[in-house]
Amino acid sequence: MMTFRALLWHDVLLGLRSSGGAALSAAFFALIVILTPLGLGPESAALRSVAPGLFWIAALLATLLGLERVIQPDVEDGTLDLLRLSPLPMELVALAKIGAHWITSGLIISLLAPILAPMLSLSTSAIPMLALSLLIGTIGLSAIGTAAAALGASVQRGGIVLAILVLPLNIPFLIFGASAVAGAQAGTATGQPLMFLTACSLLALVVGPIAAAAALRLNED
Amino acid sequence: MRVIAESLAAYRGERMIFRHVSFELAAGQAMILHGPNGSGKTTLLRVIAGLLGLMSGRLRMLGENDQPLTDETRDRAFHFVSHVGIVRSQMRVRETLEFHAALLGAPKNAVGKALDDWALCPLADHSGGMLSAGQRHRLALARLSLQKRDLWLLDEPLVALDVASKMRLNAAAEEHLEGGGIIIAASHEPFLGDPRSIHLGPRA
Repeated sequence: MMTFRALLWHDVLLGLRSSGGAALSAAFFALIVILTPLGLGPESAALRSVAPGLFWIAALLATLLGLERVIQPDVEDGTLDLLRLSPLPMELVALAKIGAHWITSGLIISLLAPILAPMLSLSTSAIPMLALSLLIGTIGLSAIGTAAAALGASVQRGGIVLAILVLPLNIPFLIFGASAVAGAQAGTATGQPLMFLTACSLLALVVGPIAAAAALRLNED
Repeated sequence: MRVIAESLAAYRGERMIFRHVSFELAAGQAMILHGPNGSGKTTLLRVIAGLLGLMSGRLRMLGENDQPLTDETRDRAFHFVSHVGIVRSQMRVRETLEFHAALLGAPKNAVGKALDDWALCPLADHSGGMLSAGQRHRLALARLSLQKRDLWLLDEPLVALDVASKMRLNAAAEEHLEGGGIIIAASHEPFLGDPRSIHLGPRA
């Protein structure tokens, strides 16, 4: 347990301090949201109708950004060897990596989104649902992303491979997340999409560490 | 403890790296791996550490009363220190050692001793990015002081070290051997007054 905490803390610190980490993904998310009214024009009815989808697209892309630094550096400098020799099972190593990536991307984005909501004229009634759906959904995005990063770690310039691998798996999150927020904005039922989103996240959280651990063991040679 | 290797062979894909490597080391003994670049010194160390699979041969680690070690006790029986290093430019020296203490299952107060042993105290709050090559390597070696383990696997332990650090490493290694430890090191430079050695790769 101590080892798990130490690994999580280590990776969170790395994420907060490295230039391609938390700051980049938060800035990228904020920039998409801030630039949209400039590109589409300030008409609030139009902005309001695209807001739920746009927030989720921005979140999806922003969480992709940090994936290359989740496992790749560990492979390069031999930290992965030492992790494999530590008493911590590989599944828990992967879970710590997922947690650290989520804290430095999804969590920050979820806290940032309510502040940015007025930029896209998202109705105030939908703001709690925006934050909640992002909080739940980004956990799944981190889990899928980390598993893919583990698979791609042995590939040189794995970034583009990662994106191609991850995006199709992320589409359910986009659909259910955006429709939950849209539902909250229109005042219709949001239970169903939110439930599906939660289910997707839980599934990813179970399968992700197992898949990532298997991929990390494959890395042996 | 004892380490017994019988006719080890390792391949990378189709390419044979080495074969017919045999040795036996008892408590207090050291062995140096020689050979040109690419002759498989690092590979052999990684095989002994269990990080790479064996193609053929047998490798045994025996603990107390010559009982073979289980998988679990095996991973806790050795230190593996590579010259590639463990230093992240964003992490401070002390933080790096605290992280590695946790990976090794060592108590937190071991960090102070490790900093002391390797003269890293003045650098404790420097971030990894500010360290020189020799300082980075000293930080990697400081793992050895975090926890007592019987077998040291050292990959190029002398690389980039200054004279004082080389003497420090030699003293630490000799103390380790006197205490019944075992050392297997890959090195191009003379180390530990050259005990027994194995030559890998084509003979010069």
